[in-house]
Amino acid sequence: MPPVIRFEDVVKRFGDTTVLSDLNFDVAPGERVTLIGPSGSGKTTILRLVMTLEHLTEGYIWIDGKPLTHDRRDGNRVQLKQKEVAETRKQIGMVFQHFNLFPNMSVIDNVTEAPVHVLGRGKEEARERALALLDQVGLKDRADEHPSRLSGGQKQRVAIARALAMDPKILLLDEVTSALDPELVGDVLGVLRDVAESTDISMLIVTHEMQFARDVSHKVMMFDGGQILEQGAPADILSNPSHDRTRKFLDSVL
Amino acid sequence: MPAITFEEFWSWEAAANLLPEVLGAFFKVTLLVTVVGTLIAVSVGMLLAVLTQVAPGIIARPLRWVMDVIRMTPLIVQLMFASFLVPVTWDLLWVGTAVIGVHYSTYMAESFIAGIRSVDRGQWEAARALSLPQGRTWRAIVLPQALRATLPALGNWTISMFKDTPYLFAISVLEMVTVAQQAGNSTFRYNEAFTIAGLIFLAASLFTAFAVRRLEKALVY
Ligand SMILES: Nc1ncnc2c1ncn2[C@@H]1O[C@H](COP(=O)(O)OP(=O)(O)O)[C@@H](O)[C@H]1O
Ligand SMILES: [Mg+2]
Repeated sequence: MPPVIRFEDVVKRFGDTTVLSDLNFDVAPGERVTLIGPSGSGKTTILRLVMTLEHLTEGYIWIDGKPLTHDRRDGNRVQLKQKEVAETRKQIGMVFQHFNLFPNMSVIDNVTEAPVHVLGRGKEEARERALALLDQVGLKDRADEHPSRLSGGQKQRVAIARALAMDPKILLLDEVTSALDPELVGDVLGVLRDVAESTDISMLIVTHEMQFARDVSHKVMMFDGGQILEQGAPADILSNPSHDRTRKFLDSVL
Repeated sequence: MPAITFEEFWSWEAAANLLPEVLGAFFKVTLLVTVVGTLIAVSVGMLLAVLTQVAPGIIARPLRWVMDVIRMTPLIVQLMFASFLVPVTWDLLWVGTAVIGVHYSTYMAESFIAGIRSVDRGQWEAARALSLPQGRTWRAIVLPQALRATLPALGNWTISMFKDTPYLFAISVLEMVTVAQQAGNSTFRYNEAFTIAGLIFLAASLFTAFAVRRLEKALVY
């Protein structure tokens, strides 16, 4: 089986600033990988590249062995058409630090919007499934309310349900608890543990919650200046890092 | 110098006699033009706003020029220009309504553009992460939020439009102020005629402001 995500010689520049240079890594099907590293080390950029929210400057990203935005044809790097990119993107979901729920729609409409208008599911079918997902995140009884009436933690749980409603193969989580009050973090992480246990969705996770990373991820990658400083099993990297930088970083977040 | 008595200044009887005619002109012309003009201005304005945001530069840039020209020339000139341009058989009431509607659509478009830009970037990104098509993203997410942000400005443009309807006299459309003046000419009760017209404007503007505020509340989420 091909890796579900493969970064091949990925370069990302913003103007003159090179954020990622020649980055290579694989994520195996069903694997959950946590990215750690100091602020500005390029973690968000990696997730945004997979979500096609940023333009890939150089290199290739392969999803299930297929090109995401750029393909290699006869030795040339060619950009794919929007339509082709859209097909692959449907398999990828993302949860944002600031939730980004649609405030003009009810909670349930947030969750059914894409299944109905992207996957072409029937309204009833989409609603049933959305209610099941909202039940899973503990918010079934808030289905008809608007997001503005929810707490941050509840919003984020709706955002998780919204992403799951698309049945993604890959889920990207970018510091999903960083904007929450401390007492609300637990519920959101609980929901994510549950998702990790009950599905085989591959995940790229950016988090400062080290216990969570240790519990749910198969692999931890430590980034510094857009490079992978070290990677391995969570227990190894988080307890016995081989680099001083990693140790310093871990001390700073614990 | 003898002071003017209230009776000389104001006759309730004259006011009562003038009221039906002035009020009739308000409903048949001023209100009609404003309502239809607003419908034109909102729909054309929204279309222009979206076009300037999504159309390629070779279309968007000339469009902006045309909008600027319309906004920077007086409405009365545009009314007269249009009235000379159209076939003589056309009803100038509708020509005037269309001109006022298009004139104000350029103002409303500017407000819509500001509303569209005020929609958080995260909304676009969430829509893209869900693979929503562009059209759906505009219709279901961006425009509803932009419209809500724009509503107070739209209310103000509608009130402005109300106050600009007297320019229709320039193309001989008998709107309320012209009717009030003619009634004054024939009865010499100008005070009553213009006071009534002014109060009707005030009432209509206050009502519009009130209605917009209600609409805003209804759209709260
Ligand atoms: N849109 C952008 N324009 C310019 N620079 C950016 C942009 N987005 C991110 N960067 C820069 O890229 C670097 C990596 O950022 P990011 O991926 O957000 O890091 P992290 O998520 O690890 O904190 C930072 O130096 C940041 O300033
Ligand atoms: Mg980040």
